[in-house]
Amino acid sequence: MSRAEPWDVSGADVTKVDVAKAGVPKADLSKVAPDKGAVPKADVGREPRLSWTLGLFRSELAITFRRWRTLALLGVLAAVPVLVGVAVRIETGDGSTIGGGGEGGGPAFIAQITNNGLFLVFTALAATLPFFLPMAVGVVAGDAIAGEASAGTLRYLLVAPAGRTRLLLVKYATTLTFCLVATLVVAVSALATGALLFPLGEVTTISGTRIGFGEGLLRALLIALVVAASLIGVAALGLFVSTLTSSGIAAMATTVGLLITVQILDQIPQLDALHPYFFSHYWLSFADLMREPVQWDDLIKNFQMQGLYAAVFGSAAWARFGAKDVMA
Amino acid sequence: MGGEETVSRDGKVGGDGKVGGQETVGGERKVGGEEKAGGEETVGGRGWSGGDSPSPYVIETRGLTKRYGRHLAVDRLDLTVPEGSVFGFLGPNGSGKTTTIRMLMGLIEPTSGTARVLGNPMPRATRTVLPHVGALIEGPALYGFLSGRDNLLRYDSADPAADPRTRRRRAEAALDRVGLTAAAGKKAKAYSLGMKQRLGLAAALLQPRRLLVLDEPTNGLDPQGMREIRTLVRELAQEGTTVFLSSHLLDEIEQVCTHAAVMTRGRLITQGPVAELAAGARGRLVVTTPDPGDAARVLKEWGVADLVVTQDRVTGEPPGKDASGQDTELADLNAALVEAGVRVRGFGLERASLEDAFVALTGEGFDVAG
Repeated sequence: MSRAEPWDVSGADVTKVDVAKAGVPKADLSKVAPDKGAVPKADVGREPRLSWTLGLFRSELAITFRRWRTLALLGVLAAVPVLVGVAVRIETGDGSTIGGGGEGGGPAFIAQITNNGLFLVFTALAATLPFFLPMAVGVVAGDAIAGEASAGTLRYLLVAPAGRTRLLLVKYATTLTFCLVATLVVAVSALATGALLFPLGEVTTISGTRIGFGEGLLRALLIALVVAASLIGVAALGLFVSTLTSSGIAAMATTVGLLITVQILDQIPQLDALHPYFFSHYWLSFADLMREPVQWDDLIKNFQMQGLYAAVFGSAAWARFGAKDVMA
Repeated sequence: MGGEETVSRDGKVGGDGKVGGQETVGGERKVGGEEKAGGEETVGGRGWSGGDSPSPYVIETRGLTKRYGRHLAVDRLDLTVPEGSVFGFLGPNGSGKTTTIRMLMGLIEPTSGTARVLGNPMPRATRTVLPHVGALIEGPALYGFLSGRDNLLRYDSADPAADPRTRRRRAEAALDRVGLTAAAGKKAKAYSLGMKQRLGLAAALLQPRRLLVLDEPTNGLDPQGMREIRTLVRELAQEGTTVFLSSHLLDEIEQVCTHAAVMTRGRLITQGPVAELAAGARGRLVVTTPDPGDAARVLKEWGVADLVVTQDRVTGEPPGKDASGQDTELADLNAALVEAGVRVRGFGLERASLEDAFVALTGEGFDVAG
């Protein structure tokens, strides 16, 4: 299914290249170091290992998810569904139903929460996708290179040598992982809150048909994945911005600023012609997964748009970072 | 980043490196390397010169230049660092030392000229060269929220040539070597400057290296720490690592370095063995005598210039070549003094320090920023 395309464009293909390259220095080292008498036996058996090059990715993941900043972002994201759930519960405590209406033009899932806690997942994702999620991603992506540069650690990573392309890929892969984790945090928190505060059961789709709870849960997971994939473009944009400056704060602020700007421009009718090219334009298409049958048109457009942003800004980041004089 | 192909092209002959008897590991080196041919072998062997003739230089630059706008940070630098040396890279603050080091490490692109490290062109061959190079550039940079140990693990995992199975052990060994074992679990942001400096050094020592580039390694250290670093540098040199040490402290260079280069205002003024550099600024002749007046007269006759008489000491520049082009034998000078009835208590040359050499070369004090 074409949903996979953006991922392929942005990640997998390039990774292959990287891995192929990464094999070279390892082969090299196994032969090199032993010609010093002082070299300890560590060299014995130093053969190229594909997994070695992934060490940086693991380290990057560990570092990203250990920082209190990341945890705070995830905490805020986890709190959103709880707040929504509690608010809906209080509002409808007297048995009345909540008035319909969407979140920023989004689907009217909120009205159904009282019937089925599963709808809190959809509501929470619809509520966080326009701003909270991309903002969190913008912070992580913006900090990716610029943060290392401002701490001075970038020069030591490059001298290690991490390799500029490899480092950039690792940073992007980590940002994408964060996109997925952040989205899942929202979804899981929403599911837990929903299950706690509201009944669970069969799900009524937007088309009016009913699907079982298991099927509904599957759709929810699918939607979470689609939402995560919707952030690919912002992640690439943030990474590019991150290569432009040596100030982590500046990169984060710029990325989040761009995000807000695009969101505002997307609301101005006079700019109609531009709208289809905004990375956020098809974001709410994930609601189409709740139709029966699923309408793929806008979903595919969303994936194409994310793939395009990843390709354009990914290349721009690569070109910029590859040629950059690292002064910090 | 597309540098690897170039490496292969440059370092064509894998076996051109049979310099000396240290090519012990020929067999092992073939492991997994055959079909890749060329490039890697060059770094691997002693003959990491890219060209046809093996180069004895670990660092070699030709006309290396870096220009920022109108400002020439490094101006046509021809630097050669012999293998096995402890090479002092001297210059006042702002003279272009760090810019040079950044170019050598592939962090910045030269405006013109070439730089070779371990025989391979930089910055193109960073991937093959840098695993053999440990570096401390412009002070340490650490992840403050990680412990000292985790900082090392982080940097080690950035090196694709580092074996993760030995990572912890190597990190502990490096910590031990710089005396940080006790503080290894502390968050790096709680470290003092000296401890950070040590941790930076430990990162450079995570692997056995062929070249260590240390930019102002004793910055921020107390005298005891400075002594330890110097001892460490000597140890490493004995193990065969070439050490490239930048500093603005002359006595530091004089104490540990075998070779030195001097930079001011982006230009290389001189380079060579430290002994020769110091000899370049000639020592002064010192005669201790109860008859300074007579001594001065005799010395002047023998062509000793710049005579200074202080109480019982007469000093001056030793005479140059005599009429026949021979260096004046100082023993003859001494004999002449005695013959003239001057009672000589002491006679000798006071060796010139590197500082004298520097002042002679630049005509300025050392701490003047370029």
